[in-house]
Amino acid sequence: MWNYEKRLQYPVNITQTNPKMAQVIISQFGGPDGELAASMRYLSQRYTMPYREVMGMLTDIGTEELAHMEIISTIVHQLTKGLSPEEIKASGFDKYYVDHTLGLWPQAAGGVPFNANQFQSKGDPITDLFEDLAAEQKARTTYDNILRLVKDPEVCDPIRFLRQREIVHFQRFGESLRIVQEHLDSKNFYAFNPAFDSCN
Amino acid sequence: MMQQNKVYNLSQKQLSDWIDQVSFALNEVTLYLNSHPTDSEALSYFDHFQMLRKEALEIYSKNYSPLNIDSINTCQDKWKWVYGKWPWEGGNC
Repeated sequence: MWNYEKRLQYPVNITQTNPKMAQVIISQFGGPDGELAASMRYLSQRYTMPYREVMGMLTDIGTEELAHMEIISTIVHQLTKGLSPEEIKASGFDKYYVDHTLGLWPQAAGGVPFNANQFQSKGDPITDLFEDLAAEQKARTTYDNILRLVKDPEVCDPIRFLRQREIVHFQRFGESLRIVQEHLDSKNFYAFNPAFDSCN
Repeated sequence: MMQQNKVYNLSQKQLSDWIDQVSFALNEVTLYLNSHPTDSEALSYFDHFQMLRKEALEIYSKNYSPLNIDSINTCQDKWKWVYGKWPWEGGNC
């Protein structure tokens, strides 16, 4: 069960609109390495994760990713708030605007809609945790790419916070993988799938 | 619904069911109050169940395992958050 807290995990106060930047940053909402996919990935994987510490990690990181989705959505909202039709046309935001006006909709920077094929829930703890480790690094690279384009310190600041969290999550998933491996046959981690086979 | 003072004598299953009931009452009245913000009867209902939920979560955390971060009792010698059953394993325990 979830409860909402009416606050951001990290503050966002952007005073200058920038629809061009919004179109890039929206990728971390609905893009292939975005926060929505991250949350759905971990919250889907946790049901077949056999070890309590890792169930907890997937639940709590999956929950934190929802908070990150809210931060990204807030950044996009503040970067596009109150735009005039002229500003929309001049910035190339018109292609998004025609379908969504100034509403938030999960898509990648290139316009590709959010899709569950952007993540995997394989039902194998080792496979799932390698997916999670890769996902955190891919998101970190995306934030690095965003930071090369963004100059506004009011935007950079929360993006840097989100980038840091990718690194912390990567560390915690690395520990989770070690916990899983400690339960397995050290001579052959792939001897059986602890989330499926009964021979453990 | 049970009287508030009886909550201390409940079994784990009974207390878990009680938390489900008072929490759902809060979910329901929250939605109602969003569109009826000055209904004094609904406001008292909210206050009542908010108090019951807080009390029940504290007792559950103390006697069994915490159901949320806010009711974790740090006097314990071990981090209990991830241990005990997860909801998809059957029951909040």
